[in-house]
Amino acid sequence: MHRYIPHTEEEIKEMLKEIGINSIEDLYMDVPKTIEEYNLENGKDEFSVLKEIKSLSKLNKVFEPEKVFAGAGIYFHYIPTVVETLSNNQNFVTAYTPYQAEVSQGTLQALFEYQTMMCELTGMDVANSSMYDGATALAEAMLMAVRINNKTKILAAGSINPEFLATSKTYCTPQNIEIETVKWTESGTIDLEDLKSKIDDNTSAVVVGYPNFFGIVEDLKQIKEILPDNVVYIVVSEPIALSILEAPGKFGADIVVGEGQSLGITPNYGGPGIGFFTTLAKHVRKMPGRIIGETKDVDGKKGYVMILQTREQHIRRAKATSNICSNHALMALKNAIYMSVIGPEGLRKVARMSYNATHYLAEKLVEKGYNLTFNGPFFNEFVFNAGENYYEKWKTMANEGILGPLPLEKAMPNFKNSALACCTEVNTKESIDELLKHF
Amino acid sequence: MTIFEISKEGRIGFQLPDNNIKDFEINLPEHLLRKSLPRLPQVSEVDVVRHYTNLSTKNYSVDVGFYPLGSCTMKYNPKVNEKVASFEEFSMIHPFQPHETVQGALKLMYDLKEMLCEITGMDDMTLIPSAGAHGELTGMLISRAYHLSRGDTKRTKVIVPDSAHGTNPASARMAGFDVIELKSGPDGRVDLNELEKVLDETVAVIMLTNPNTLGLFEKDILKIAQMAHEKGALLYYDGANLNAILGRTRPGDMGFDIVHLNLHKTFSTPHGMGGPGSGPVGVKKHLAKFLPIPEIVKTEDKYTLNYNKPESIGFIRSYFGNFSVMVRAYTYIKTMGKDGLKRVGEMAVLNANYLRVKVSKIMDIAYPGICMHEFVSTCEKLTKETGVKALDIAKRLLDYGIHAPTMYFPLIVHEDFMIEPTETESKDTLDKFAQILEKIFNEARENPELIKGAPYNTPVRRLDDVSASRKPVFKYNFEE
Repeated sequence: MHRYIPHTEEEIKEMLKEIGINSIEDLYMDVPKTIEEYNLENGKDEFSVLKEIKSLSKLNKVFEPEKVFAGAGIYFHYIPTVVETLSNNQNFVTAYTPYQAEVSQGTLQALFEYQTMMCELTGMDVANSSMYDGATALAEAMLMAVRINNKTKILAAGSINPEFLATSKTYCTPQNIEIETVKWTESGTIDLEDLKSKIDDNTSAVVVGYPNFFGIVEDLKQIKEILPDNVVYIVVSEPIALSILEAPGKFGADIVVGEGQSLGITPNYGGPGIGFFTTLAKHVRKMPGRIIGETKDVDGKKGYVMILQTREQHIRRAKATSNICSNHALMALKNAIYMSVIGPEGLRKVARMSYNATHYLAEKLVEKGYNLTFNGPFFNEFVFNAGENYYEKWKTMANEGILGPLPLEKAMPNFKNSALACCTEVNTKESIDELLKHF
Repeated sequence: MTIFEISKEGRIGFQLPDNNIKDFEINLPEHLLRKSLPRLPQVSEVDVVRHYTNLSTKNYSVDVGFYPLGSCTMKYNPKVNEKVASFEEFSMIHPFQPHETVQGALKLMYDLKEMLCEITGMDDMTLIPSAGAHGELTGMLISRAYHLSRGDTKRTKVIVPDSAHGTNPASARMAGFDVIELKSGPDGRVDLNELEKVLDETVAVIMLTNPNTLGLFEKDILKIAQMAHEKGALLYYDGANLNAILGRTRPGDMGFDIVHLNLHKTFSTPHGMGGPGSGPVGVKKHLAKFLPIPEIVKTEDKYTLNYNKPESIGFIRSYFGNFSVMVRAYTYIKTMGKDGLKRVGEMAVLNANYLRVKVSKIMDIAYPGICMHEFVSTCEKLTKETGVKALDIAKRLLDYGIHAPTMYFPLIVHEDFMIEPTETESKDTLDKFAQILEKIFNEARENPELIKGAPYNTPVRRLDDVSASRKPVFKYNFEE
């Protein structure tokens, strides 16, 4: 007997009889028995499981949010209680893909509203209902660019999140798509001369960060001015920043992607977060992923369904725009609830507070004689030279309850003794002052 | 009503504290400063709570009732898994914390990997892929790397049965392969003669689901594995249907070289309306060096992450995968144990066969005889007789408070339902489902128009998805 399996012995007998067989064994006539039992423990009661895993979890150290100065794609922000409460509703959590629209209007409407909010933030026409993460969203954006113009060279700013770039390379290589990186200048922005010199007839897309991995805000207008018309303009962005930065759609972006974890999702040791993916209506048939649209029922009542499914793998099979099937719908719901509760002014305040905290930290570090690596405008992250043996110092700080600015060397070997610092609205003046004592 | 219509200028739903820091001037060129705020909702906390709670009541879910979606494995999602995943020590850790501060997370992932290797009979595994299809892509990229590492550049094709999930051919294509569709034999299984015809030295991989999507076990699997390996091809296992064989046989023992799992299916992590999932990929020893980075390494009593694997296919996403989904699957395996997992396999197969016999009295079964965890039935006869289609029956089931089975898949059976009850449904539920299905068939014969007009009792009635795609509306129209 097991608590998730309802069968009584009596019922099993009745069922075998109805099937017309004598034993469970008879159900496996086609199957070779290759194992008597797994080399695993027997199942346990809930008390024991909880106790065991609780003690395992204690081997992890949780930093107080205000003492976290690490970002690099995963950010600590205040998450209003209602986000967790509402998104834990089991009617959302235990539902499947909305294959039967009439009994999935909760899912479908929430995702339609999520799409609307992402279009508002990015200034684009259409959003899909999510990708796995920012890295796969960018990789798929590059594949989409190649579908748009049939050219096979992508020029990506070297200042894009290195894991995003590496993932894109994994996705692009088998399809013979080449990714060439473009240099950055002393200000940390893309080197326009280098970019210009690398654009040729085979250039499919140009990718820039807004802000980029160094926290620097690229001038999307200047970049657009040097792009030939048929080159696809891909912007990788951070959604919180988009409440103070002009929408990429205003500068002629064709595709805007990014990681949406900062909109109400806990860090989860890096997953699940959510990849957002937005584009222009004219490109929609080349777009990967699931899209929800508005329609009417037979009585003329408004409703929502999955649309343009002829692009998707279950219909088009080998000719689909992507293989993506399960996405991160529950995380899209969290994004939507977060944006609803925080509102437009709240989002701008989050961005403003993050900006202030980050600039306060930078100002104080400079006062103490530390050098910022770039002189371009930054949002909530910046790179600075943290001095000899910073890696050891970082670990010491961790022992004292501070998750300090990330040593950059591991992700980018050229940045010896550099650190990527991040503040959000959760960092206070007191916590920043405490961090500064270590410098 | 949408959240945008509830919105009122000036309302707020959350207040932020003061971080005691002065306002810095925003040091950006004027044209990069946002002029108008995004039109996000302006609502109170109560508005938000009511809106999303009301939406939740318009959803069918496993917690509401029977969800017999074949190939999707909609089993009960234990609540303790959710509780564990919400532990702050799991949800509030940053992916780049020093390894010394995340030993619990790394140990959990390492142990989960070991347990999944034992369950699948594989030698090594990555937990990074974010969904089954992402696992398939990872597996195909590993296959590509393997053949190329041996200088074997002529292997450009992947063989996929016509009964396979659509993700299989799409994943193979994304990894740069051409897809050869393999026609199923009259018994719904791989036809060895057809396989022989297409299997040559240009084939990189054979992708199989076993039991397949018709709910049938590929009896000739050992022979298929031998044929693949003799020609130098790899054999790939789509783990969507692993539920059926738990505790009985392992893909690794059947000769599969690569396997992906769907943690949200077999290991009961909820599907969240479309994800997140998690699609770990296991391989035999000779392929381990190609697994994506980073890998989790155990050294004496410490766990770390290794990024230095020169022959790896590289990164397939950021960080380490969907960690909180892994926590749920780990909890499930600890709860079920070897005895419970074996019981899962047995009861999933028992339920499917019991329901198959019950349903066979109402509809034809596409491939009669013992099935595994699911079966495919067809209402083609009823359609000819009355004009009522599988879609209509499905919509009528919704009226009776049951989620419809998977329809029109696999593509090789017409007007079909693919039904998978899973092990967590009771005999009573299955009996009730069969009764309702029979009632609907009787209704269809007496009054076909009634069924064609269904559903009647759902939050909206039959939706027009044709014009929804023809004239698509992608977002809320604020001007309305």
